[in-house]
Amino acid sequence: MSVPLTLLGLLEREPSHGYDLKRDYDAYFGRGKPIPFGQVYATLSRLARDGQATAGESEPGAGPDRKRYAITPAGRLAVEAWLMEPVTPEPHLQTVLFAKVVIALMLGRPAADYLDTQRRAHLQRMRELTELKQTGSLVDALLADHGLFHLEADMRWIDTTAARLGPLAQAVQPTSSGRATGGAR
Amino acid sequence: MTSYEAASGVGAAGAVLANGGVIEARDIVRSFGITPALQGASLRARRGEILAVMGPSGSGKSTLLHCLAGILTPDSGEIWFEGERVDSLTETQRSRLRRDRFGFVFQFGQLVPELTAAENVALPLLLNGVRRAQALAEASAWFDRLDLDGLEQRRSGELSGGQAQRVALARGLVAKPEVLFADEPTGSLDTLTGEHVMTLLTAAARAAGTTVILVTHEARVAAYADREVMVRDGRVTCGADDRSPA
Repeated sequence: MSVPLTLLGLLEREPSHGYDLKRDYDAYFGRGKPIPFGQVYATLSRLARDGQATAGESEPGAGPDRKRYAITPAGRLAVEAWLMEPVTPEPHLQTVLFAKVVIALMLGRPAADYLDTQRRAHLQRMRELTELKQTGSLVDALLADHGLFHLEADMRWIDTTAARLGPLAQAVQPTSSGRATGGAR
Repeated sequence: MTSYEAASGVGAAGAVLANGGVIEARDIVRSFGITPALQGASLRARRGEILAVMGPSGSGKSTLLHCLAGILTPDSGEIWFEGERVDSLTETQRSRLRRDRFGFVFQFGQLVPELTAAENVALPLLLNGVRRAQALAEASAWFDRLDLDGLEQRRSGELSGGQAQRVALARGLVAKPEVLFADEPTGSLDTLTGEHVMTLLTAAARAAGTTVILVTHEARVAAYADREVMVRDGRVTCGADDRSPA
């Protein structure tokens, strides 16, 4: 999550105080981890320094900062470029789970049991997200869907791996020459 | 002869299974010719529980569902429902048990094409001897519950896949079954339509206290259940008993 560009995107809707931006950021993106006020104001100062936002005059009233910030044309271009740029697909080729399975097989330990345990943990999390989908807002449902589809992909990997444990064990266990084969499919 | 048999196979509920179980498979073995489908499968579902039975294609999960529902008889092992043996009942008794106390939803709704949607939903009631007017009235209440208003007079060919599956769901629940058997109920539907069906299925079952045995290979569908078991190579490999960790 890019906090500066997300705040800049919120700012593109309309000029806003830091407090308003924090409130909306927490509502849409915080998910139990509210952004600190200090980070909001520090980010707004940097955006102003870089010409992507402008700070209005301080307004009278209580609170740490009563300036109203507005996005600049350069800021709009930055938001546009950010939205257009695809997020780097992350194949997660070296996950902890992958490492656990390989080590378990190398050691002759019950990898299938570990995968079953992982499957239960994944399904429990999927149940929680499904519950969130059914009880939360549409925004909650979209976020839950994102998590669910990723967990579902993990589950497919778990199932495929469970079905291939035999050949995989042969692939990672040392041969008579003392080296792992890596496994031909 | 058990009290169940004495009551023509569909008497009042007998002793409750241990640990709150309502239906249980004990060490079920079932083969088709020389091909083994189940090789000692056991599981137990609690009353009102939604239990997902997961596993890859060919693992035996659908065969297990069919044995639990009394559609198939096991080669060995026992099926218990409400404290009574199911596998030792006659075909007539098992047929009556399925009609009176179980409900079914399959992957493809399997609606009767000659009947309207309302008549399809009313079918279990009509088969149980309920008068036509009353059966249709009870069926029509489900159209509102399952977002099917206005579709009562359509035939299956005039329904979308999601609508047909919701009609099938209504048919599975209309007779207030104690156990609903759902075999890949969203298998032929797209993601959003499948989610709609699952949301309605689980809400209706929870409202009625119906136990659901849900066979699926999809984790997203299993996530609607309270608990899951895994079938692999004809055996339930984890979570067979509700005392097992979830």
